[in-house]
Amino acid sequence: MSDAPAPAPAPFVGPLDDKDRIFTNLYGFQDWGIDAAMKRGDWDNTKALLEKGQDAIIEEMKASGLRGRGGAGFPTGMKWSFMPKESKDGRPSFLVINADESEPGSCKDREIIRHDPHKLIEGALVAGFAMRARAAYIYIRGEFIYEAKVLFAAVEQAYEKGFIGKNACGSGYDFDVFVHRGAGAYICGEETAQIESIEGKKGQPRLKPPFPAGAGLYGCPTTVNNVESIAVAPTILRRGASWFSGFGRENNKGTKLFQISGHVNKPAVVEESMGIPFRELIDRHCGGIRGGWDNLLAVIPGGSSVPLVPAEQIMDAPMDFDGLRALGSGLGTAAVIVMDKSTDIVRAISRISYFYKHESCGQCTPCREGTGWMWRVMERLRTGDADPSEIDMLFEVTKQVEGHTICALGDAAAWPIQGLIRHFRPEIERRIAENRGGAPIMEAAE
Amino acid sequence: MPKVTVDGVEIEVPAGATVLQACELAGKEIPRFCYHERLSIAGNCRMCLVEVKPGPPKPQASCALPAADGQEIRTDSEMVKKAREGVMEFLLINHPLDCPICDQGGECDLQDQSVAYGRGGSRFHENKRAVTEKYMGPIVKTVMTRCIQCTRCVRFAEEVAGVPEIGAIYRGENMQITTYLEHAAQSELSGNVVDLCPVGALTSRPYAFEARPWELKKTFAIDVMDALGTNIRLDSRGRQVLRVLPRVNDDVNEEWASDKTRHHVDALVRKRLDKPYVRRDGKLVPVSWDEAFAAVAEAAGKAGSSVAAVAGDLLDCETMYAARELVRALGGTMLEGRQTGLAYDVSNLAAVNFNSTIAGVETADVILLVGTNLRWEAPLVNTRVRKAIKKGAKVYAVGPETDLTYKAEWLGNDASLLGKLPDAVVEAFKGAQRPLVIVGGGVLAKDGAHGDTLALVETLGLIKDGWNGYNVLHFAAARMGGLMLGFATDGGIRAMAAAAPKLLFSLGADEVDYSAFAGSFKVYVGHHGDKGAHAADVILPGASYAEKAGTYVNLEGRVQRGEKAVFAPGDAREDWSIFRALSQVLGKTLPFDSFEQLRARMFADVPALASEGLVACDWAPPSLPTGASGEFSYPIKDFYLTNSICRASPTMQRCSAELLHGEEFAEAAE
Repeated sequence: MSDAPAPAPAPFVGPLDDKDRIFTNLYGFQDWGIDAAMKRGDWDNTKALLEKGQDAIIEEMKASGLRGRGGAGFPTGMKWSFMPKESKDGRPSFLVINADESEPGSCKDREIIRHDPHKLIEGALVAGFAMRARAAYIYIRGEFIYEAKVLFAAVEQAYEKGFIGKNACGSGYDFDVFVHRGAGAYICGEETAQIESIEGKKGQPRLKPPFPAGAGLYGCPTTVNNVESIAVAPTILRRGASWFSGFGRENNKGTKLFQISGHVNKPAVVEESMGIPFRELIDRHCGGIRGGWDNLLAVIPGGSSVPLVPAEQIMDAPMDFDGLRALGSGLGTAAVIVMDKSTDIVRAISRISYFYKHESCGQCTPCREGTGWMWRVMERLRTGDADPSEIDMLFEVTKQVEGHTICALGDAAAWPIQGLIRHFRPEIERRIAENRGGAPIMEAAE
Repeated sequence: MPKVTVDGVEIEVPAGATVLQACELAGKEIPRFCYHERLSIAGNCRMCLVEVKPGPPKPQASCALPAADGQEIRTDSEMVKKAREGVMEFLLINHPLDCPICDQGGECDLQDQSVAYGRGGSRFHENKRAVTEKYMGPIVKTVMTRCIQCTRCVRFAEEVAGVPEIGAIYRGENMQITTYLEHAAQSELSGNVVDLCPVGALTSRPYAFEARPWELKKTFAIDVMDALGTNIRLDSRGRQVLRVLPRVNDDVNEEWASDKTRHHVDALVRKRLDKPYVRRDGKLVPVSWDEAFAAVAEAAGKAGSSVAAVAGDLLDCETMYAARELVRALGGTMLEGRQTGLAYDVSNLAAVNFNSTIAGVETADVILLVGTNLRWEAPLVNTRVRKAIKKGAKVYAVGPETDLTYKAEWLGNDASLLGKLPDAVVEAFKGAQRPLVIVGGGVLAKDGAHGDTLALVETLGLIKDGWNGYNVLHFAAARMGGLMLGFATDGGIRAMAAAAPKLLFSLGADEVDYSAFAGSFKVYVGHHGDKGAHAADVILPGASYAEKAGTYVNLEGRVQRGEKAVFAPGDAREDWSIFRALSQVLGKTLPFDSFEQLRARMFADVPALASEGLVACDWAPPSLPTGASGEFSYPIKDFYLTNSICRASPTMQRCSAELLHGEEFAEAAE
């Protein structure tokens, strides 16, 4: 932002101070209700935020460098700027907030909603106002019973206070928030499938184009954002884009909720600076790897749909979009699944394959047929009941699924298996050989 | 007009075209399963993947991608070949290898495309999926294990037929196509999903295991089940027509056909009149042609010039012409085709024509339906109305409320409404560019109502530059041809009955109330043993539409010709030759010895029939009495049983019983 060509300081990559944490009630030590939330600073003169004006808000968001927290990492401010500035044909615009957190390993939106729902609702107003939306639809995962209850109540509280609804926060802007409960389908986390689902149809991704910003919910311009992307917006606007962009490396700014599960001593959801090295993240917040760092086998750093990264590569890697991409994986939702050496890694990936087979919507051929096929081969590889040539065949099948489908579920199903074959091929071959009674694998002359 | 490059060849494509269309324009074949020209784009089969630059480095679904200026499209690259092989392999892994017992064999997109684009062998060693059968009604047989989930049937039911009763349940590899609660699809167009299905999942139930496509002789014909003149193909083997398929004609039926059109064929070999009969002592007894002719000659001798002919609904123009010539040669003048007693004025053909044309309906912006159950009287005009609605047309209707598959504003059911339409309707018509009124059988049956609707031409401004929005909807295939050949008497068939002709030729007329002709000697020339044959004194067995070439004029005045597919059964003969032979016996030999000569004379007499296409008819409506009142009623009581052929069809009887009367049929355990 500044034009002074100062020597670039080393990027701040954690650890984060408490004063710089956005989610101050992440662990539910305080009440989630609106009074407690206001004491924590939510809904604090939101009117002033809105008075900055729509374009200024979007500019601020762009400057903050916030990238979408749902997994794809698309710059949030830019996404908002795609919405029409005025309605030429009378169609309203909508904001859809994706709270269908179903990615295995992810559990950040759940914490936000049950402990800090007003951050989300305030964010909905600010974001909705910035993109000139008439209303926000919060699509909450069907299995989140308690969270939905909290969210419904929180929305009710916000209406009662006049923060949303007619003349929201006294700004003169009318804005409604609707909570829509899902029915337990992973695919409804995909933005266009979510729109279909809200419309009451079978949750199947739509073809793009048209993109939702042109024709989305009920055919109106729509932006679909992740809960975390929306919930951090008010704080960013209050504390300024430069504060937020002070964390993390270039192009990977801000703070982020990391969800560490698996074989760490203390699994946790924690807000940290983007780019924090994996080792520091685990040691500082999770009490280290179970059995010590030598016991680490592999990590799935961004939720089940990204390829796994073997121990030696991940240990000192920066946890952000570009850092993990350089390792052939991705940050995804920052759902870090840690696996130590007691893990049956083939079985773990096979279970993930089963998940994608189960959750494929069935619309596109490669995904519908391919996910089941891949899972069945994976199951055989697990026990070694396969031919070595099938490893390459499986890899080729994943390549036939990847990139051939309407939405990214095909990719998500393919990547974990590709990661496994890339990094653990000897393990698979060992099992096959073992299954054959230890006979070495030889190429048969045909 | 964007310019794109397809495999190195630069072409210009129309604005709004997709990449798939661009490739087709460039002469490249793009394999596809889910894409269909007349349905919305689903983009889910992924078979049409091509490589497009600029764009992401992965193959794109060409059916859903708009062609844009400067695109470089490759359909022959390694990436595309691999993508197609991959999708093909996926489609086949769970597709059963039951081609030898599959009715789709030989005309299966999956077979054809796997040969052309597949990889030849399977690498799939797991178990294949099996899916339980679904019940889709008496027309559609399902073998859902074969389904490749292209969703064409789902989109057809929702978009074209307007009955959103087919859908997908479950997800992933368990996704199944089924009807709502597994009830029969309540549509008169359900048979079209059989054609749409690219595999053997939905096949024709009545045609199951009948024949292989390569055994069949294909004959182009015109359907006679309604007045639309659906262009059809008769597939026959030996002497039997085994199935009817629609041909593509965008002006008439697009590529659809109603269930009645498709599935009446089993009646062409049932209840047929295959030898002449003469009534002796009150009983019809089979006789030779000579004896039958002698009986007619005797009656004709007594009748003198008191001769009349009444034409049925399924006739070709040639039959009616030959009959007319015979009646005239005998000195008679009475000709009528409106069997049920309609007596509307026919002095101007345009006043009883579908003037806006069938395809023109699509362009209408305000539509008024008067006394017509469009869904039954002309299902494929109904689909055009649906298309107009999709483009924003508003539909009003006068008549008994019925489900037309779309939202129509029902104004009431009183003929007097026509004289005082609500202001909102009049306003809507005033603002319309393409106003349209469709006048159905309910109007023609009511005194004065025809005049009332003609008055609407003025009040609603139906005639504009290059547009005539006044449409009469007939539902008998022979009607327009019959009117052109003079088969209409002032006062209709009641006047004819009052004149008490001594000799009455009934040309397959099965809807006539013959008790009014008790004193007439009735000669029935037709093909099915129905009402007309029961009342006859002499039966001369004729040919059905499939067994003779013929000229037909559809409801919009379109002259079309059908060919002969098979020979009439037994002693039955083509109708024109019956009249020719009879004329000789009666000593009034008709001046033609062959079908070609007959046609030549008919063309000379009625030149409009000589050339295929729309008949030019000048708009000069007669001034008719107005002021009708009372309720309209729809002429068709049972869609599936409207004529002698479909009444003889087991399939149509079952459709009627099951779909219209709610009877349940137990499936035989196999």
